[in-house]
Amino acid sequence: MDFTHTEDRRMLSDSLRRYLAEQYDIDTRIKVAYEAPYHAPGKWREMAELGILSALVSEAHGGFGGAGFDIAVVFEELGRALCPEPMLPALMAIKLLESCNETDLLNEVVAGSKRVALAVYEPDNYDTLDTLQTTATGEDDECTLNGRKSVVYGAPGADVLLVAARSSDGIGLFATTSAEVAGYAMIDGGGAAEVTLTDAPARCLSKDAPDQIEAALNAGRLALCAEAVGAMDVLVGMTVEYLMQRQQFGTPIATFQALQHRLVDMAVEIEQCRSIVILAASQLDSEDGARYICMAKNLAGRAAALVAEEATQMHGGIGMTWEYGGSHYTKRLIMLDHQLGDRFAQLHKLVTAQAA
Amino acid sequence: MDLSFTPEEQAFRDEVRAFLDESLPEELADKGSNAQELTKHDAERWHAILNEKGWLAVTWPEEYGGTGWTAVQRHIFEEECAMANAPRIVPFGLNMLGPVLMKFGSEEQKAQILPRILDGSDWWCQGYSEPGAGSDLASLKTRAVRDGDEYVINGQKTWTTLGQHADKIFCLVRTSTEGKPQQGISFVLVDLNTPGIEMRPIRLIEGGHEVNEVFFTDARVPVSNLVGEQNQGWTIAKYLLTHERTNIAGVGFATRDLAKLKQLTRTVKRNGRPLCEDAAFMSEVTELEVDLEALRITNLRMLQQAKDGAAPGAESSMLKIKGTVIRQGLSSLYRTALGPNAAPFPAEDRPENQLCVPEESVTAAASYFNNRKLSIYGGSNEIQRNIIAKGMFGV
Repeated sequence: MDFTHTEDRRMLSDSLRRYLAEQYDIDTRIKVAYEAPYHAPGKWREMAELGILSALVSEAHGGFGGAGFDIAVVFEELGRALCPEPMLPALMAIKLLESCNETDLLNEVVAGSKRVALAVYEPDNYDTLDTLQTTATGEDDECTLNGRKSVVYGAPGADVLLVAARSSDGIGLFATTSAEVAGYAMIDGGGAAEVTLTDAPARCLSKDAPDQIEAALNAGRLALCAEAVGAMDVLVGMTVEYLMQRQQFGTPIATFQALQHRLVDMAVEIEQCRSIVILAASQLDSEDGARYICMAKNLAGRAAALVAEEATQMHGGIGMTWEYGGSHYTKRLIMLDHQLGDRFAQLHKLVTAQAA
Repeated sequence: MDLSFTPEEQAFRDEVRAFLDESLPEELADKGSNAQELTKHDAERWHAILNEKGWLAVTWPEEYGGTGWTAVQRHIFEEECAMANAPRIVPFGLNMLGPVLMKFGSEEQKAQILPRILDGSDWWCQGYSEPGAGSDLASLKTRAVRDGDEYVINGQKTWTTLGQHADKIFCLVRTSTEGKPQQGISFVLVDLNTPGIEMRPIRLIEGGHEVNEVFFTDARVPVSNLVGEQNQGWTIAKYLLTHERTNIAGVGFATRDLAKLKQLTRTVKRNGRPLCEDAAFMSEVTELEVDLEALRITNLRMLQQAKDGAAPGAESSMLKIKGTVIRQGLSSLYRTALGPNAAPFPAEDRPENQLCVPEESVTAAASYFNNRKLSIYGGSNEIQRNIIAKGMFGV
C-alpha cells in the first residue's frame, strides 16, 4: 500500500500548479471565463506545451499518462485554480480518439493546435445513451447528422465536434465541423453551446461505440470529482482565513465553536472525497470501474454542496458578492454536480445495479 | 499510489481467516451476529483462545508477549474478526493499561501486571469519567490523599464499562489542587476488593447492563500502585487517548453491519416486494455504502501516515466521527427495515420463536439505541471536532 503519487505525477502537479498560479489569478479567471470564447486560447496552447494534454494520453498513443491518477492529478489542480479552460471535453475527446484509433486528430489535440468537444446529451436525454434521438445516416466519410445537442462543454471555438448519434448499427460516434454552434457562458464560468445538426456532413469514427462513449464519460466524471476536491480544498482554506480575520463581538469569529465544528465537518467530507477519488482513480479501467465512479460522483456531489453552501453562509455578505473569489468557487462546486449525471443519477445507477 | 495489500499482508489475511474458521467457537459467533450480550465467560473464553495462539495483545511488542504487528496487520485482523462475528477483545487491560505500563510503569509493575492481563488472571476496568467530569476530564474530583505508604481515595467514578466483571480498576485521581487542574492528577491502580469500594450497575437506554458507577469511601491503596510520577496522570491519560485508539474507525464492524442490512433487505418485504427493490430505502443504504467505501480508504491512508511516523491526532478524530456516524446510520436503517416488527422488547420472557422477524434481527431496536453511545464515548464527537478545529485554526 502506498498513498503517494509517483515522482512524475508530483512534478506534473507542481508545474501545473505553478503555471496556473502565475497565469490564472482570480481576476483574470473571472474575466476570461465569461467572455467568448470563455477560455484563453493562448493559455490553452501554453498548457499543451506544458504537456498537460499529453498527460491525459496513454503511452500506447504517444502520451505519458492517461491513467486514473493522471486525470486526478491534473483536474485537482485545475479545480484549485478554478481554471475555465475546456480540459473536461478535451479529456473525453482524447479517450474516444484513442479508442477509435484517430491518431492524426489525437496528435493535433495533444499539440494544442485543434480543440475537440464531445456532444452526447440532448435536451431531454441526459441520463443514458439508450434514448438518444440524433441520427446518423450514410457511410464512412459521407455521413449526415440530424438532431440537437445541448450544453456541449467547450463547444464554442472548438474545431471539431465528436457527436454521439444513432446509426444503423447502434449508438455511434461521428466527427463534424459543420454544426451550428450557439455558444454561451455557464453560470460558473466556461463555455458551452446548444448544437444544431441539420443535414450536417460528418465522418464516422465508429458505428457502434456506446461502451467507448460511456468510458469517456466516466473519465470525465472522475475528472469532475478530482476538480471538486481541489476547489473544496481552496474554498475551505479561504473560509478558515476569513473566520480568523473577521472580528465580531470583539473577537475573531473563528473562536466560535458553532462555526469551528461546521468547518470540521467540511474538512472531514473533503478527506472522504479525496479517498473515494483515489479509489475510483485506481479502478477507472477495471471491471468494477463504473461502480466506483458512480460512488465517487455521488459523494463528490454531496460534499461539494455542503462545502459550497457552508462556506457561503460562514462568509456572511462577503460570500454573496461577485467580487469575492470564494463566490466563484461556490458556483463551480454547486454546478459541477449538474455535469455528467448528478448525485441522484449516480445513486440511481448504483441502486438499480444492486437490485438486478 | 498503490491500494493493494502486499503479498505478505494478503497471506496474513488468509492466515487470520483460516484461524477464525477453525478456532472461533460457533456459539460465540452466533452471539456476535445476533448482537447478543456476551457473558464474562464468553469474553474470557475468546481471550484464552487468542492468547494460546499468541494473538491477544495486538498492540504490544513481542518482548511483552504481544504480536508486534504493524498497524496494517492490526487493521486486517480487526476487519476479519468483525466479519467473522468474533467477540471484541476487551480493551481495558490489553489496549489501554498494557501500553501505559510499558511506557510509564516500573519494572516491577510490568513484571507483575502484564502477564496477568495476558493470561486472564485480572480483568481491568477504567476509572476516568465522573459525574461532574466527562468531556472536561481534567476537572475530576476523586481525591487520593497520601497517608504513610498508602493513598486514601474518596470520590466517584462512572460509566465504568464492564466493571461488573472486573477485578481491578485503573483510575485518574486528584493528588493536588494547586496549579492548573491538569497538573494535580495521578494514575493509580486499585484492587476492587479493597474495603470502601462499591460498584453499582447503571441500566442503559435499551435495558442492558454494560456500565457502572464506582464509589470510593476511604479506600486505601499502596503508594506502590502509582503509575509514573505523582501528578503525572494527565500526561499518561493523554498518551493513552492518542496512541491506543486502534480500530477507531470501526470499518470492519460497519462492513459486517452493511452486509447484514443488505441481506435483511432481501428477506423483509414492503408493499409485497422485497425491500431491496424499494428505491427510496435503498438510496439511503447506498449513500452509507459510498461513505463507508470512502472511509475504508481514509482509514488506510491514515494507517499509512501513522506508519510513516506522523502523530495521530486530527486524523483519528476524523475517523472516529465518520466511523461512528456511519455505524449509527446503518443500525438506524436496520431497525427501520423491520418496520413494526422491530417493536418487541428483548426481555427474557419474549416468545422469540413466535416473532415474525429473522432470529438475528430481534435485537435490532436494542442495538440501535445502544449504538447511540458511539458518538458519545471515547471523547464525544464534539470533542473530536474541537481537536480537529485546534489544528485548523491554531486556537
